[in-house]
Amino acid sequence: MANKILVVLEQRDGLIKRSGFEAASTAANLAKDLNASADAVVVGDAISNLNDISKYGIQKIFHLKNSGLANYSSSGYTEAITNLAKLSDYDILILSNTSLGKDLAPRLSVRLNAACIVDCVKLTKSGSEIIFTRPAYAGKALIDVKLLSSKKVITLRPNVFKAQVVDNPSPAEIVVNEISEVNLKSKVTSFKKSEGKLDVAEADIIVSGGRGMKGPENFHLIEELAEALGAAVGASRAVVDAGWRPHNEQVGQTGKTVSPTLYVACGISGAIQHLAGMSSSKYIVAVNKDKDAPIFNVADYGITGDLFEIIPALTSEIKKVK
Amino acid sequence: MKIVVCVSHVPDTATRIKVGSDGKTIDPAGVTYIINPYDEYAIEEALKMKEKLGTGEVVVITLGSENSKETIRKALAMGADSGVLLKDDTHRDSLGIAKALAEEIKSQGTQLVFMGKQSVDYDNSIVGQLTAEILDFNCVAVCVKLDITGEKIIAEREIEGGREIVETSFPAVITCQKGLNEPRYASLKGIMAAKKKTIEEKAAVPYTPTSEVIGMHLPVGKQPGRIVGSDATAVPELVRLLKEEAKVI
Repeated sequence: MANKILVVLEQRDGLIKRSGFEAASTAANLAKDLNASADAVVVGDAISNLNDISKYGIQKIFHLKNSGLANYSSSGYTEAITNLAKLSDYDILILSNTSLGKDLAPRLSVRLNAACIVDCVKLTKSGSEIIFTRPAYAGKALIDVKLLSSKKVITLRPNVFKAQVVDNPSPAEIVVNEISEVNLKSKVTSFKKSEGKLDVAEADIIVSGGRGMKGPENFHLIEELAEALGAAVGASRAVVDAGWRPHNEQVGQTGKTVSPTLYVACGISGAIQHLAGMSSSKYIVAVNKDKDAPIFNVADYGITGDLFEIIPALTSEIKKVK
Repeated sequence: MKIVVCVSHVPDTATRIKVGSDGKTIDPAGVTYIINPYDEYAIEEALKMKEKLGTGEVVVITLGSENSKETIRKALAMGADSGVLLKDDTHRDSLGIAKALAEEIKSQGTQLVFMGKQSVDYDNSIVGQLTAEILDFNCVAVCVKLDITGEKIIAEREIEGGREIVETSFPAVITCQKGLNEPRYASLKGIMAAKKKTIEEKAAVPYTPTSEVIGMHLPVGKQPGRIVGSDATAVPELVRLLKEEAKVI
């Protein structure tokens, strides 16, 4: 039976990300279930919101500190966390399934001789074991998995697990370990922000356009609606392949799998690959002139009609009520 | 320079998934298999590299059953030089796949490996990183731009909200994302030539699994909702529903 859990938090620009609080909270709950303890670790330089972690039931935080580790370095982060995990003999490492978590988790699992499972959406205790549930085939199926090693590295899909604030949290002990030597064989030297204001992978609301938009010149309608809603702009594979929109906006099986609170599909018929990537959204709105389009099978609300009239009307109505 | 590309043979993305009789894997009846879409970017990048250097060899490796040879042929038709099939009829977990690939990569003696950023079946997106770690190679995952000059590798990798610029060096595993390049189509000449290229078959190194799939099920489907109207006059009602019923705006 596992008795020590380590949650690996992700910081960007010295701030721990929201997904880290979800992981911290899940780790604290799992620790309770397994009669185990849960600590946290964060790698970076100065970090401003370390104390916030206490709110989620974590009692001890290791800050592995070095100015060379302010940005992500796969080699540097792997080495620093491996050393800590070995030294204190952690059994379960929990990360968020972000770009960083997905990159780091498999590396840690090899170093620690642990089993690795990524993108979990549910953890179920079954006797003394944990059953991990994760999507496969872009969410067309779910699989339940048992890990056969006592050492485990797992990642949790963001926006699925709740970050629960505990009652009367006591301040966590912060242990700062200055790392003297860092392995920077691979390192991030800079970051290029993408043009869109928000990324579909992290947005709470997404407005997506498909072939029904008729051409890239009409996407300003999508952008204006997204702006009014505070949403990210998404796109179907057809319009990305046609070169109308950049591929980082693509939602679906060869793009991003998303589950925002609200997904507005404009001129998207709903190919199976697209539906796989977005049908776990909490609410779906579809605007399409074809009333038989498959997108209406998953939409909570639909308007069948001319999107060139409906989208601008929707944009101005939203501006009125917000 | 010898460049290795790892590919996988996966169900077409248009496949409707049905759970098989074992309750753990998909029902293979009527499923068309294709080359994993992300692997096409990997093959293209390897071919471009070879063309740029004017010399070298592109070797394609896959792990799987006899049927996976179709996917190797596809890569050979695009222009790869030879293939290796690591035979295994089981459903290995990611670590099992990575161990077999790492063993073969070692025996190929290469410094540069390309693969797709994930397979569109189990969507783990970790085989590249696992393989690199086993081999003690550097690894850049989810690469959308690659620039290799001498011993220096500068890669752009897609992350939330933008791209990280990563500097690293050989030996390296690069996992490829859509946007890295525009994969070529196999020409008729390429398809004919592929028939004469060698595919070596060998048994994959044995592996003791570290995980076990105990069940597969389909997500609870969404029920069709309500058609609010058929023109712009329905918009105020839609907004009211979003605000008062769904409470999402």
